[in-house]
Amino acid sequence: MVHLKVNGSAQTFDGDPEMPLLWYLRDILGLTGTKFGCGMALCGSCTVLENGKAIRSCTTQMGQVEGREITTIEGISAHGPHAVQKAWAEVNVPQCGYCQTGQIMQAISLLSSKPHPTDGDIDDEMSGNICRCGTYQRIRAAIKLAAKERA
Amino acid sequence: MITLEKSSEDKIVIVNVTRRSFLQGALSASAFVLCVGKSPLLAKAATSTTPGGAPLTPGSVPTIDATAFHPGVFLGIQPDGTVLIVAHRTEMGNGVRTSLPRIVADELDADWSRVKVIQGDGDERYGSQDTDGSHSVREFFDPLRETGATARLMLIRAAAQQWGVPEAQCVADPVHVVSHKGSNRTLGYGELAALAAKQPVPRKEELKLKSPSEWRYIGKPAPGYDVTDVCAGKPLFGMDVRIEGMLFAAIAHPPVLGGKVKSVDDSAAMKVKGVKQTIAIDPFTPPHQFQPLGGVAVIADNTWSALKGRDQLKIQWENGAHAEYNSTEYKRQLQETARQPGKVVHTIGDPDAEFSKGGKVIEAEYYAPHLAHASMEPPAAVADVQGEKVVVWSPTQNPQGVQEEVAKKLGLKKENITCHVTFLGGGFGRKSKPDYAVEAAVLSKQTGKPVKVVWSREDDIKFDYFHSVAAMYIKAAIDEKGMPKAWLQRSVFPPISSTFDKDAVYGSDGEMSLGWNVIPFDVPNFRSENGKAVNHVRIGWLRSVANIYHAFAVQTFANELAYAAGRDPYDYLLALIGPGHTIDVKQPPDVATKYPYDTTRLRHVAELAANKANWGKKKSGDGWGMGIAVHRSFLTYVATVVEVEVDKGGAVRIPNVYTAVDAGIVANPDMVRSQFQGAAVFGTSLARTGEITATNGVIDQSNFHDYPVARMNDAPVSVDVQIVESTAPPAGVGEPGVPPFAPALCNAIYAATGKRVRELPLTRNGFA
Repeated sequence: MVHLKVNGSAQTFDGDPEMPLLWYLRDILGLTGTKFGCGMALCGSCTVLENGKAIRSCTTQMGQVEGREITTIEGISAHGPHAVQKAWAEVNVPQCGYCQTGQIMQAISLLSSKPHPTDGDIDDEMSGNICRCGTYQRIRAAIKLAAKERA
Repeated sequence: MITLEKSSEDKIVIVNVTRRSFLQGALSASAFVLCVGKSPLLAKAATSTTPGGAPLTPGSVPTIDATAFHPGVFLGIQPDGTVLIVAHRTEMGNGVRTSLPRIVADELDADWSRVKVIQGDGDERYGSQDTDGSHSVREFFDPLRETGATARLMLIRAAAQQWGVPEAQCVADPVHVVSHKGSNRTLGYGELAALAAKQPVPRKEELKLKSPSEWRYIGKPAPGYDVTDVCAGKPLFGMDVRIEGMLFAAIAHPPVLGGKVKSVDDSAAMKVKGVKQTIAIDPFTPPHQFQPLGGVAVIADNTWSALKGRDQLKIQWENGAHAEYNSTEYKRQLQETARQPGKVVHTIGDPDAEFSKGGKVIEAEYYAPHLAHASMEPPAAVADVQGEKVVVWSPTQNPQGVQEEVAKKLGLKKENITCHVTFLGGGFGRKSKPDYAVEAAVLSKQTGKPVKVVWSREDDIKFDYFHSVAAMYIKAAIDEKGMPKAWLQRSVFPPISSTFDKDAVYGSDGEMSLGWNVIPFDVPNFRSENGKAVNHVRIGWLRSVANIYHAFAVQTFANELAYAAGRDPYDYLLALIGPGHTIDVKQPPDVATKYPYDTTRLRHVAELAANKANWGKKKSGDGWGMGIAVHRSFLTYVATVVEVEVDKGGAVRIPNVYTAVDAGIVANPDMVRSQFQGAAVFGTSLARTGEITATNGVIDQSNFHDYPVARMNDAPVSVDVQIVESTAPPAGVGEPGVPPFAPALCNAIYAATGKRVRELPLTRNGFA
């Protein structure tokens, strides 16, 4: 039996410990904001926060999350959109939007450790997240805007 | 049994509601509804009941005059003033759920904040819903405007009637209200809805369309209608659809096209917790078209179990004839074919006579490999077969195609297939092919339950409808100034038509029109040719299709000629284009009339891009350079300048891209900017690393480690997009940014390093 917290709520899981956190979130809890893109931690669509830091839920097995606090896109802000979501909307980042929840989770993780990231910081942190529509230029602008708004 | 989900703002979450029933519920008794003459939505609305159960007033729906309305449009105004507009085309990042309704809202003088966009189901009565070919705005611009103007006029007439004043004294001003000039009275659209609904539908000649200077939404930048929901992670996508009692399926597809299951041992798969059963799916009957590939499905109670169970299947395959497909040998064959005379596509003057004069001739060969679409959302679909009826939820560019293919496969009537269109996590042409939705329907029929089919990334890359591999040969006879007197070009590629005709070996007229039959250069003697090629994988269209390899060859060759002439490539390109004039690119007559190919516009975008890039101000070489390419596709003129830095190890950095676009009237400039920024990244992916190969018929690549696409740190840092202000009819936007990118990049690399790239991707040329 695995015990964990998802978006602040205590959960237990007694299924296949090899099940990736991604599919637990999507299929068992119905939290479909976390996306399936590659299953190999290559694209970042499945990014969630584990104790506040970005991880890839597609390669994190349920057996590994005992006692962890997981935050998904559905749980990042209790009161209206998060500052990063607001910046994303302001810059009109999304095209298809599929990867954007993972991008936003990664950006939140970045800003929590580096409130004023340089271009190099942004490249380093965000290059694990693929956007096939090619919104990188706007993602960079939105991260900078969020950093400014939060300052 | 269908999970209805509403967001906190009571906005419709489209993924898993039956939109028709929503619309029935949404339309209250005195709603004003305009739609297509024979729209099922209207028919249902007319006979429906209110949410409280009271029947709708028969008069609430105007008499429909089919001649006054265009297909594909649905517009409703609620008594509370809410305007409902159906987006009947697919949203996949192209912005149609914003740009199309805003065209209606503009002519309606509606308050955009009071517009609700509803996604249309698949229905032939909407007209074409196949969202490809960069068609949406250009095809529906006029009908959408007329619909908005029709509703506005009926609202004005309703107000005039209510006030007992002449119609001419009433105006829709500022938004969402009709005002009476003489008395300062106003009535809101909601208040007028019931009376407007009783007005006769005006004839087209009575409509007064706005002049462009009066537009409030068209041509003005606007954020995406769904941006908040997208950023909130709402369940919008096909992959997100959840139906009560739904089972999950992963399918082991035949590794080689046309392969069949010889034997299967599913004992280990059945032991995986959550796995319910395995089901064999019949192989297709050639031609493969949009039929499922066949194979073995593992059905489970969650996605992970289905995927894990599939890995445990032990299948012996019978691979068939395509098991002899090897990319290295196939490339040699294509190149060999390209060196021989081919089928003539188009001739101008007498190129052979010019070549036989024995002057200076320059020739070159180009090659571009297969590509996979690799949209971020792999294919997925949910189907629920209940007797003679099927409901499908699918991320699809082609909902009517889903209806047709599911109907064909299950032997049902097309009208009994409902296709709800979800958001697409990228499409790029892949999701025009409904094979995965048919798989879901086949499996739902077999299990008697709703089934969700999920393709893994490996499925997506290995079993794509691949962008075609192509070999090209070009030669030119050069005069003393280095200008071409004769030009011959030949391309060879397995055609898309092989999807529908297993014996098809030549490119279709359509493929030839994508940058090959004619070139926009002033060359007196010209011939384009096409050689035969047999397909061994499924071939499909991918964002800008044959333009990708054709523009790569033509625009690289033009650059080679410039250097051979000792001239600046940009100056030389302008000389090649020559003074602006209209050229015959063999367009259909109606297209040629509305959208003549005017090289003045091509020249203009080249000038804009080059000026913005400060072309010629800095000397190329020593690992720095700029390259330029121009191309017209989907009726839009594009010029792209790429700036590169190449280090000693061959690592390429792209600090700047300057693109200029003439797409006629644009509906939403910010969306256009997005599309061209994205196209530069898409172009970067295919130019740097994009390559799909096969060994013994099996695709060698499988995921983003061996089919890399551009990431933030290797994408262009900045893409500047200039949009030409134009009153010309709207042209395509989603695709035209892609074709000029790769040649502009490769031309820049030549300027920086002196190394000519004639084969894509860059990784084949020692660059990374």
